[in-house]
Amino acid sequence: MSVLDSKIPKGPLKEKWTNHKNNINLVNPANKRNIDVIVIGTGLAGGSAAATLAELGYNVKTFCYQDSPRRAHSIAAQGGINASKNYQGDGDSDYRLFYDTVKGGDYRSREGNVYRLAEVSGNIIDQCVAQGVPFAREYGGYLDNRSFGGVLVSRTFYAKGQTGQQLLLGAYSAMNRQINRGKIKPYNRHEMMDLVLVDGKARGIIARNMITGEIERHSAHAVVLASGGYGNVFFLSTNAMGSNVTAAWRAHRRGAYFANPCYTQIHPTCIPVSGDHQSKLTLMSESLRNDGRIWVPKRKEDAEAIRSGKKKPTQLAEEDRDYYLERRYPAFGNLVPRDVASRAAKERCDAGFGVNKTGQAVYLDFSDAIERYGKEKAFTAGNKDASKEEIIKLGKEVVAAKYGNLFDMYQKIVDQNPYETPMMIYPAVHYTMGGLWVDYNLQTTIPGCYAAGEANFSDHGANRLGASALMQGLADGYFVLPYTIGNYLSDDIRTGAISTDSPEFEETENAVKERMDKLMNANGSKSVDSYHKELGLIMWNKCGMARNAEGLKEAIEEIAALREDFWKNVKVPGTATSKNAELEKAGRVADFLELGELFAKDALHRNESCGGHFREEYQTEEGEALRDDENFRYVAAWEHKGKPADAVLHKEELVFENIELKTRSYK
Amino acid sequence: MKLNLKIWRQENATAKGKIVDYPVDGIDGDMSFLEMLDILNEQLVEKGEDTIQFDHDCREGICGSCSLQINGEPHGPDKLIATCQLHMRSFKDGDTIYIEPFRAKAFPVIKDLIVDRTAFDRIQQAWGYVSVNTSGNTVDANTIPVEKEKADESFNAATCIGCGACVAACKNASAMLFTSAKVSQYALLPQGRVEATERVKAMVRQMDEEGFGNCSNTGACEIECPKGISLENIARMNREYLAASVKG
Repeated sequence: MSVLDSKIPKGPLKEKWTNHKNNINLVNPANKRNIDVIVIGTGLAGGSAAATLAELGYNVKTFCYQDSPRRAHSIAAQGGINASKNYQGDGDSDYRLFYDTVKGGDYRSREGNVYRLAEVSGNIIDQCVAQGVPFAREYGGYLDNRSFGGVLVSRTFYAKGQTGQQLLLGAYSAMNRQINRGKIKPYNRHEMMDLVLVDGKARGIIARNMITGEIERHSAHAVVLASGGYGNVFFLSTNAMGSNVTAAWRAHRRGAYFANPCYTQIHPTCIPVSGDHQSKLTLMSESLRNDGRIWVPKRKEDAEAIRSGKKKPTQLAEEDRDYYLERRYPAFGNLVPRDVASRAAKERCDAGFGVNKTGQAVYLDFSDAIERYGKEKAFTAGNKDASKEEIIKLGKEVVAAKYGNLFDMYQKIVDQNPYETPMMIYPAVHYTMGGLWVDYNLQTTIPGCYAAGEANFSDHGANRLGASALMQGLADGYFVLPYTIGNYLSDDIRTGAISTDSPEFEETENAVKERMDKLMNANGSKSVDSYHKELGLIMWNKCGMARNAEGLKEAIEEIAALREDFWKNVKVPGTATSKNAELEKAGRVADFLELGELFAKDALHRNESCGGHFREEYQTEEGEALRDDENFRYVAAWEHKGKPADAVLHKEELVFENIELKTRSYK
Repeated sequence: MKLNLKIWRQENATAKGKIVDYPVDGIDGDMSFLEMLDILNEQLVEKGEDTIQFDHDCREGICGSCSLQINGEPHGPDKLIATCQLHMRSFKDGDTIYIEPFRAKAFPVIKDLIVDRTAFDRIQQAWGYVSVNTSGNTVDANTIPVEKEKADESFNAATCIGCGACVAACKNASAMLFTSAKVSQYALLPQGRVEATERVKAMVRQMDEEGFGNCSNTGACEIECPKGISLENIARMNREYLAASVKG
């Protein structure tokens, strides 16, 4: 077992990043023109990194599987982006954002990284506003904020329920400016198939043109992976259909350690599963918990009556409802962190109080908010004795202005009107905190291979707070990686262009082609989706919101067996030389079938509960997560050794000098 | 429910395409339209046939990937949604459904139902941005107050998902609604105003070069737009363009 060097700069917390920037090597502008960088993924992290790297003078190539960089799944982020601006004057600061994030992550993240994140957060907002991102504003013309789970201040900036879209369009516009200058060359509808190492350094990739099927070689002095998370290992998740782990997993197989794969975020407010045909799940933004109250019936008879359609939720009197989050966590109420809210929902449903036909749903109710806002609006308009109808009408208008698009989306999917009857929600896989291990410079264990955004493991510990993914993606891309990568590239100013004719490119390309031939020629009888669904069920049932040793051991065996079967019996129709969605999926599912096993292995080794990782054997009497700081206060980074079963564990001890480790309490 | 699907199949950009019949059964009203196509594709895999290729990704109406012409309408019969949000409850047992790619000269077919919409990217590359460096050395975000009404209007224009339904709906295959939404988003904000003149000229020039047609003035684009982007944006772009042309 080796010790990983996180390269966190010495010195006081507040000075680490500034000192580091002052001491790293720079590349002069003339030399940057001779250096090429490949960026995989064009979401918030990849798009912003590509734009800034190009602006600094590097030659950038971007790759995305979508038809346009603007469609990366960051676009679907709804609620908002955190920044410690303290515009509301409610006591926010860099320190508080840092503290909330470390605590929210259940003390499994690095202090140095998280403080840097807090430090640059305010600048992200400045940058985005300057780019023309239309954030929500108050009547005075200044930026508006709202609250998110796990914090007691309002630090979330937003653009209705489409913040991710607006921020991504901002990053995409910055990319476009560089594309127009010829500094970024975009390769859309291209998928990275493997990483090429020359003399132990990342020097390029093998990519597949998804339209022609052509296998291409691309070289660079460094490769940045900003390819997102691996939530689709569960088949059903809020990720896009195409979101995959392949780029990260291929790098892992080439020597990049994979950290904390078991840390997965199950988001509490998603639209419940409706049937077997379901292809994906839809998130209802956490911002809804600002105003929505979560409840289930107090009595099982009522829950049963609702499930069988004999009763409606609106018929239940106030005293017959159990607002279980407000009951269990009076201080944070409906705004507890995501992991806590998800487990609480599961606990109620498992105990028989769930609603919907399936019993796998709880209510998110806006009736109080509608009345409260209605009264406020009537009062402001001078209507001091407004009727109940007038108040409800006004209240609905306010709620529509805040969450209109989310309510519409819900109505389209569920066919119920959430202004009239409470929404039904249930937890779903949403985000993965684990990912490629990176040091403070965002470099993986392969020299020259960097990872940014959700693809790395760094800042969220065992649980991510709401509105922090957008913050981290843009922090990594705009403000961290473009500078730290310079330190590495400063050694490459005399290297010259990297040739793609080397034996390393040849070998890697052959390996890619061989693997694709194997998939095309398996000639079995089962579809790729059928394997993906089966894997998803194992993951959800045994590696989901609650895990135990027995189930995890079963999962490891079942996934390994499923993987073996996949390579024998999968059926991929069509050809490899044209657009073929089945072939694309097959390559991704093959990688998920390896990652899934490592995920279970990681969850099994971590004999504690922390954040999104909840082991049933390790809980307090009240059912809260029970951490074991003495034995598990480390990052688990796995080294590939041929098979997931043989992966070797490396530990990075986490050092807490500025925050005292406590049991998280939101009571 | 049972449905009779008539789907456009085309091997590649140069091949000749045709409508092929696919009867499907056991379709549930709670399924989304794309889940219905998943089921059909699953059946094709079983038979060892090449599956029907279509663009899709987020399946929640925001990425703008999906692009089907359903019974002659972009994104199908329901309004204010993308194809991925269309549910089968909008159809009834025994229906015949025609599924085709978006049709426009500037959107050549790649395969089956997939079209090439990179012309939209190139319009935005022409000047669809504010020329600010991403170094973070900008002024504090609250330095310039922006009238809420303007900010909201800019946001409404910015909600365009770039799907191309406006082009597919227009008898001239015009991209005026798309381009004007981008022009408007920036023109309405003080940060974007500075280079508004150059921007509108560059973006309109690129739009014309891509082979999109002239505005038909029928308003079909607004009706079919999944995000309800308003025709007012076209009027705004025309004003901006005229002013820019006068300035020279």
